[in-house]
Amino acid sequence: MNADVRAMKTPAEQALSAAFAAARGALPGKGAVGTLREDAFRRFDASGLPHRRIEEWKYTDLRALMREAKPLAEPAKTKGVVQGLSGVEASRVAIVNGRYEPDWSDFNAGDPGITLTELFAFAAEQTSYRLGDVPGKDDTAFWLNTAFMTGGVVVRVKKGVCVEKPVQLAHIFASAAAAAMYPRCVVIVEAGARLTLIESFDGPDGIDYQVNSAIELVIGEGALVDHIKIGRDGDAALRVSTLGVTVDAKANYRDFAFTTGGAVVRNQTFVRFGREGTEATISGATLIKNRQHVDNTLVIEHAAGGCTSRERFRSVLDDESHGIFQGKIVVEPHAQKTDAKMASHALLLSDEAESDNKPELEIFADDVQCGHGATAGALDNTLKFYLMSRGIPEDQAEALLIQAFVGEAIEDVAHEGVREALLQASVKWLDARA
Amino acid sequence: MPAVLETVEQVRCIDVDQYKYGFVTDIESEKAPKGLSEDTVRFISAKKSEPEWMLAWRLEAYKRWLTMREPTWARVDYPKIDYQNAYYYSAPKKKALASLDEVDPEILKTYEKLGIPLREQEILAGVVRPEGERRVAVDAVFDSVSVATTFKEELKKAGVIFMPMSEAIREHPDLVKKYLGSVVPTSDNFFATLNSAVFSDGSFVYVPEGVRCPMELSTYFRINEANTGQFERTLIIADKGAYVSYLEGCTAPMRDENQLHAAVVELVALDDAEIKYSTVQNWYPGDADGKGGIFNFVTKRGDCRGVRSKISWTQVETGSAITWKYPSCILRGDNSRGEFYSIAISNGHQQVDSGTKMLHLGKNTTSRIISKGIAAGKSNNTYRGLVSAHRKAKGARNFTNCDSLLIGHECGAHTVPYIEAKNSSATFEHEATTSKISEDMLFYCRQRGMSAEEATALVVNGFVKDVLQQLPMEFAVEAQKLISISLEGSVG
Repeated sequence: MNADVRAMKTPAEQALSAAFAAARGALPGKGAVGTLREDAFRRFDASGLPHRRIEEWKYTDLRALMREAKPLAEPAKTKGVVQGLSGVEASRVAIVNGRYEPDWSDFNAGDPGITLTELFAFAAEQTSYRLGDVPGKDDTAFWLNTAFMTGGVVVRVKKGVCVEKPVQLAHIFASAAAAAMYPRCVVIVEAGARLTLIESFDGPDGIDYQVNSAIELVIGEGALVDHIKIGRDGDAALRVSTLGVTVDAKANYRDFAFTTGGAVVRNQTFVRFGREGTEATISGATLIKNRQHVDNTLVIEHAAGGCTSRERFRSVLDDESHGIFQGKIVVEPHAQKTDAKMASHALLLSDEAESDNKPELEIFADDVQCGHGATAGALDNTLKFYLMSRGIPEDQAEALLIQAFVGEAIEDVAHEGVREALLQASVKWLDARA
Repeated sequence: MPAVLETVEQVRCIDVDQYKYGFVTDIESEKAPKGLSEDTVRFISAKKSEPEWMLAWRLEAYKRWLTMREPTWARVDYPKIDYQNAYYYSAPKKKALASLDEVDPEILKTYEKLGIPLREQEILAGVVRPEGERRVAVDAVFDSVSVATTFKEELKKAGVIFMPMSEAIREHPDLVKKYLGSVVPTSDNFFATLNSAVFSDGSFVYVPEGVRCPMELSTYFRINEANTGQFERTLIIADKGAYVSYLEGCTAPMRDENQLHAAVVELVALDDAEIKYSTVQNWYPGDADGKGGIFNFVTKRGDCRGVRSKISWTQVETGSAITWKYPSCILRGDNSRGEFYSIAISNGHQQVDSGTKMLHLGKNTTSRIISKGIAAGKSNNTYRGLVSAHRKAKGARNFTNCDSLLIGHECGAHTVPYIEAKNSSATFEHEATTSKISEDMLFYCRQRGMSAEEATALVVNGFVKDVLQQLPMEFAVEAQKLISISLEGSVG
């Protein structure tokens, strides 16, 4: 009944152990990376897949949801295309089956302010950046990613450079048979630089592939970063994405997670404000149906004073879907003048849908403003009645209200094109529902 | 915004070093041999001359307890409890009390010192009673046994059964058998299971159909003996249409070693019944360096079994080194209602992890949670609560508000709410900011020329008073003495 009791290994855990034993010699990255892998796997092996007795994974019991571990995905054999965002021009970096594919990519190498390096090439040639040393490094899923990471890229924006064109890290699963991919990317935005980073997840419907991705995001002093994560995974996919962010002083960081795809999805975001004066908005919108399970988990650490953070999440849950929001704001001692507010709202469209909310506050400083709000409920019938009394048919009235509900969250996206694309995507989701 | 000076002063006044109830009563007592074993359980059962079924019940709980582990999920940190290094039964020597006059005068003096009226005659004669004050029936539990229960006769006339648990097991075995363990089963959790095995006394209340209990019922718990754990068990049943208000108070002497208190309280409300349960918990909190104090691990749960039944928990928590307590409501009957009002104040090295669970199972069930936590010194104060609506709980509604205030930079205040909605007609609202609830009130005050801070203070003060007013009058006075604290500068 306690978390420290180690149960028998599940078939998935056994398969992961076997896969690691078989692949450890062939996995890319030698030396320090190899040690990192071994260490991470040892830690994973000791704890096993996270389950409901592990507080952070209470609502997403991987031991139950991940019945089997798929084999490592092979590199893609044929060239495919990267699906962008309609109306958004971006530099595209394709990470296919967990590996960087330059052929699929369309990255503007002409800009001297931004560099793109393959993950293991980067790890081999430099020593100043310590891979894996990010908030969230003690998470089980992150260990698993470190143990198996097969590739990815490192994007670096140089000091003071404003990157006009958004960079899209497109994670694509392109195989006919189910497999697992473990991409890892590092994005470093140096002091005073600006970047809009789009991260997308695409894959075919009907294949129960598995994704365990991780991004390390380092934001320098006074930098401005917009990160938009779009989850359009195939309808049978299982995906766990970890985002570890360190933010320096006076930076501006906006994060938005938009999820419509996947069978089981967990977006976990770990942010640490290490120095004063940063402003951050971490938000998201989730639109799910059927038996989809989407978990947005955040841990926001205010380690320095004078930072402002806003966390806003909205989810629309139809059919038998299950939406989860877990947000934890930690205000460390001496992080005075922290201003943190978290809100999470769930709209249940069906009696079979389930919404679980856990907005947590952990506060060790006295001169702070922190709060959270959470609601769960159905559509407001009086609003619907108002619209219907003005001649709008019921289904349209409902769609309008849902759109307004989600729209409020999407407004947090600063990039106009992306915002427009997301609004369209939500309308498309509503149309499919009707 | 930071706390105002006045608030800081008031919290200092309830500083742990000024614990008023820390005296020891020198009295001879009879104890079970130290440690916990099957023999201890048999010893306690024999002491209480319990029937065979009760002993079997205890032994089963004990066997289960041996297989369980102490929970670690709460945000409390304490040295490992050595369950073998404590006494599980301690009773003042002298048995078979026919009347109050036979109670050891030392014990009477103790309760007098604590301000608990046990001298029924005097009270009845109106010697010490100010005009208009309501009468309260008291069950006084001293270490492991109940030493006196007042107003028994008068309550009997109304049909209300109010007696120590050990007597109830002998006199009303059918009622006890039917309800004991039906809300908190013996297998519930580590501490409840331990309690099931070794509980010594506590209060039993049965209010028959349609009866409104003519007076407040109250139990006053006192730990006196060193190295002794107190394990009381309270069971309150309100039959159809009945009403009862029950109060509970507790204190303990100042000692350097920690003492364990693991109680279980079960409430059962049948159709249209209402139970109001109030606690002023003031166990010894330990000294300014965090030495000593009571470890308070309590399982309290109410079952709104009937339709339109109502259970309301009100607690003022100021004592204990560790508080681990989640008075909960199972809203089983349709249209039933659960309420939880809490003020938890921690200072020194106290650690509080408290909150509630509202489990909506029936249709149109409603619940309300108001929790105010105040942390000062080096203490940690956590609100942990669960609100859940079952798939069939159509129209369930909950409103939760939990605010906390930090005084000083060495303490911590935490909120861990779990909100689980499993059907679309459930409406759950949870908020943890003071300004949000009172926008219009603030506006009203501002309009009349108050500054924003004054207005906030006024509104929030009014709010705390609302919680205090949930307490019956006798307790409200005591609680108000403990806290007349303004809550501006609240953080969620």
